[in-house]
Amino acid sequence: MATAIAGVAAADGDVEGVTSRTASLRKLARDPAAVIGAVIVVIVVVCAVFAPLIAHADPNAQDLTSTLLPPAWIAGGVHAHPLGTDNLGRDVLTRIIWGARVSAIVGISVVLIGGTIGVTAGLLAGYRRGWVDAVIARITDVQLAFPLVLLAVAIVAVVGPGLWTVIAAIGLTSWVQYVRVVRAETLSLREREFVLAAQAAGATTPRVIGRHLLPNVASAAIVLGTFEIARAIVLESSLSFLGLGVPPTTPSWGGMLADGRQYLDTAWWTALFPGLAIMIAVMGVNLLGDGLRDALDPASR
Amino acid sequence: MTAYLGRRAFGALWAVIGVAIVVFVILHITGDPAAVMMPPESTQAEIDAFRHAQGFDRPLIVQFASFAASAAHGDMGSSLRHQEPAMGLAIQRLPATIELAGCAFLIVALVGVPAGVLSALRPRTWIDYTARVIALIGQSAPTYWIGLMLILLFAVRLGWFPASGIGDWRNLALPAATLGFFSTAKIMRLTRSAMLEVLDADFMRTARAKGLTAVRVSLGHGLRNAWLPIVTQLGVELGTLLSGAIITETVFAWPGVGRLAVQAVFERDFPVVESVVLLTATIFVVLNLVVDLLYAVLDPRIRYA
Repeated sequence: MATAIAGVAAADGDVEGVTSRTASLRKLARDPAAVIGAVIVVIVVVCAVFAPLIAHADPNAQDLTSTLLPPAWIAGGVHAHPLGTDNLGRDVLTRIIWGARVSAIVGISVVLIGGTIGVTAGLLAGYRRGWVDAVIARITDVQLAFPLVLLAVAIVAVVGPGLWTVIAAIGLTSWVQYVRVVRAETLSLREREFVLAAQAAGATTPRVIGRHLLPNVASAAIVLGTFEIARAIVLESSLSFLGLGVPPTTPSWGGMLADGRQYLDTAWWTALFPGLAIMIAVMGVNLLGDGLRDALDPASR
Repeated sequence: MTAYLGRRAFGALWAVIGVAIVVFVILHITGDPAAVMMPPESTQAEIDAFRHAQGFDRPLIVQFASFAASAAHGDMGSSLRHQEPAMGLAIQRLPATIELAGCAFLIVALVGVPAGVLSALRPRTWIDYTARVIALIGQSAPTYWIGLMLILLFAVRLGWFPASGIGDWRNLALPAATLGFFSTAKIMRLTRSAMLEVLDADFMRTARAKGLTAVRVSLGHGLRNAWLPIVTQLGVELGTLLSGAIITETVFAWPGVGRLAVQAVFERDFPVVESVVLLTATIFVVLNLVVDLLYAVLDPRIRYA
């Protein structure tokens, strides 16, 4: 009997979830800004995954006979280097395509780390209340007081630069937003009938959280996650720009800008195009996030 | 009200203590702060001597107790590269950062709010679209790249403003615009949506029906009621600007707290890094506390029990 009630409650939730999710996707597809965002995101991911197939050249191949060549459409530019070359004669376009890899890996990893920690903490804080909530709230207060860039810089400075240090440093600064949103949602959900029914049916805390609460906070977490991807991409490029990110041999947009900065007065293209790549990628993620928010979670506008 | 004040002040104090604890933990994360702080080319004997001199060979709990006791007095030890107290170095740089952040804040408030209001009052016009595109760019482009592009255009090409350094207002223009860009975009979007929400309210229709001028209706009745989230966010942005100027200061060689922190990181001067983190976190926490209290003044409906 008890399991039957729990089953009905869960099934109800699922059916509701599926129909509303299909409707949300349809709504998303009708939102031109969101579609543009999605297309940009797909392009960046394709560049990241298939970089060796799209750009055959070695992104680190130096050609000291053709350094700081301008883009192809400007006098002095050549077709072999459509967006010009940098101070070591490396092809700017090739490095931008390969640079998508670092941004994509960082964006996705940071969301997985921050999202897992933040959603778990938010669910626990909102559902258990009491001392669990108090402890998590105190930790959140500390995290919110920290200047985020400075925290990431300090962690990388102590541990040493590298892709995974950067991911860990940014991931450990990104969980806090999820806690606030998920906790607030959970606080109202825990009083709803389907949760009370599950509790009455004897469902354990992990089961209530995993089967009944998690699916219902997922929309809000996904929307937040997209914006966190955007933030992670910008923060990673900032760290690389400061020389605290990925090693110089790994092509990254922030690293390219750090190099290009020194040639602003003679070779503007080395600083313009990598920055455009970051801006367009982040804009794509932001547009998609705006669309997802409108489609999944209209109340939070 | 007093109870609320006490609770909030206690929370703020805890946040600063928590930041100090995290700073201590980060420095000990690799297990050997002496190796982290010494130049990479140091010999083992030099590192051992340094470890002993700094007291890193004591039990962790003893180290933490002495760290906490000094930190409570604002004493973060001496800079390893300059023979001066580390916190003193950070505080010396504070006026430059406040000047930059204050200027950026003026841009945020004086451009972001009016642009957001206009955008909401004239939806689907070129004003609205321009403001929204600029807001989208501001929220997507990294701060340092905006800085580089402003240097490229206004310093290298047009030669209107110097590319770096400190001096008169012309040195301030580009870094302030760079630092304020992201926050301006955010405030613009927030103001727009807050205004749009209020514009449909019944009291707005009443105000128009009373025959008030369009300006009085939109500002006196509209903005006055949309004000609260905007002011809150402005307060948060001021804190962010003060604590987030690291990258802008580095790009423009602006001699503020953030640049000091980056230099200190590269010189492995950790007492200075710790001081900057603690100082900026304290400023941020205090500002947020002030914003929360401003709430009560701005919105008489809020009564703290």
